[in-house]
Amino acid sequence: MLAKRVIPCLDVDKGRVVKGTSFVDLVDAGDPIELAQRYDQEGADEVVFLDITATSDDREPTIRLASRASEQLRIPYTVGGGMSDLARMRQIVAAGADKVSVCSAALKDPSIIDRAARAFGSQAVIVAIDAKRVGKADKWVCYLAGGRIATDVDAVAWAEEAARRGAGEILLTSMDRDGTKEGFDLALTRAVSRVVPIPVIASGGVGTLEHFAEGILEGEADAVLAASVFHFGTFTIRQVKEYMASQGIPVRLDF
Amino acid sequence: MAAEGKAAPRVAVVDYHKGNLSSVARGLAAAGAAPDVTDKPSRIASAEGVVIPGVGSFEDAMAYISSSGQADAIRDAIGRGVPFLGICLGLQVLFDEGCERSDPAQTGTVPGLEILRGSCIRLVSSRLKVPHVGWDAIDITPLGRSCPLLQGVQTGSTMYFTHSYVAFEGVEEGAVAARTHYVESFPSVVWSGNVFGCQFHPEKSSANGAQVMRSFVGLVAEGPDAAAGAATLAGAGEGSRA
Repeated sequence: MLAKRVIPCLDVDKGRVVKGTSFVDLVDAGDPIELAQRYDQEGADEVVFLDITATSDDREPTIRLASRASEQLRIPYTVGGGMSDLARMRQIVAAGADKVSVCSAALKDPSIIDRAARAFGSQAVIVAIDAKRVGKADKWVCYLAGGRIATDVDAVAWAEEAARRGAGEILLTSMDRDGTKEGFDLALTRAVSRVVPIPVIASGGVGTLEHFAEGILEGEADAVLAASVFHFGTFTIRQVKEYMASQGIPVRLDF
Repeated sequence: MAAEGKAAPRVAVVDYHKGNLSSVARGLAAAGAAPDVTDKPSRIASAEGVVIPGVGSFEDAMAYISSSGQADAIRDAIGRGVPFLGICLGLQVLFDEGCERSDPAQTGTVPGLEILRGSCIRLVSSRLKVPHVGWDAIDITPLGRSCPLLQGVQTGSTMYFTHSYVAFEGVEEGAVAARTHYVESFPSVVWSGNVFGCQFHPEKSSANGAQVMRSFVGLVAEGPDAAAGAATLAGAGEGSRA
């Protein structure tokens, strides 16, 4: 049975990991590759490198990162952040990334999804959606630029359109929950999971083991992504997977 | 390279110009081979092992492989008995034909390398998500238990898949070493003599995939007769069960 995936996300600035790490024995705790290799050994199903480099004129380190990751990692990885156009996505894919994740550029010009899917295959194209709840009803809108700029694009409708245009997966982040440790926005996750025929990665808000399982069982997601609970050693990936397995969720434990 | 042959056998990684092959090269190197990412038919034909990695679409890949002379070089190498491994799309192109077109609007099939019998189809499901992306189990068939590529791999082991197409129609049971069940029950490892194929990506399948890579490189190191010898033994095993 297809396993539900557990994915650590590493924030990277100019090619270096920015958030802290609990692994005291790493030679270079700022090296995203060394950290990703540790996550592989701990059972991560894949890793996401999120490029948060503020200036768009310093993209070389990320290309070098994608290239080194391809040469050194033995699990799949995604590079997201700063995918301003197809040329940029092509650089990262050419460097060896299994998948690229695009957010703002797709909202500005949705045809980039069609073009990327044709150029690299749907399996390589993740559309990231940063969604924020509006009003009391279950309605969410998309944000641009790492959550700094609001749009009036309905997040659920956008996910549907992205899938129709050829996205291979949706990386869905609840901006309301991100950093809160209150758990995923399950209504949002479920709403998107139910309308798209492609995998949904739930992101934003994990604080407990139960939250991971809820994302799958109640949010109906195909994968769960987290950053700080792994970086700071709150849980190991094995702990998370063993808990998920205890809740009847198929996970990969033969690592 | 010949001087290095004994220490690290040269495995040609067929570059058909559709993507980055450094992960496959890294996986082979970690398993003890000297990977040679090349588009040159002469280097493919003379290699001690050959890998077709999985990038791009069936039609695009076959168009390049056929027109560049790589197809003949691959057949030459296989004919000499050197171990061959097709990964993902590299498994699919071993078969007679595939329906994955460069322009999705087009229908009909395009010919593959025609080394194994059968054709590739698209997974279609209203219930399950396609592409089939992620870690899934391989069920090793009775034949697969004697497959040298799967030595040290338990049935039920999870591997990393990412694909929308599978070898399916007309595939001979005698070439199926493992199956995976998603939408269809499709061959996830195929084996015929010195020819092996994995629908999953061993180079992305962590420790389990590394074991598959080591087995393949081990066969390459043993030389052209090793895989064929194993096939003969498996054939005898089949016979004794019948």
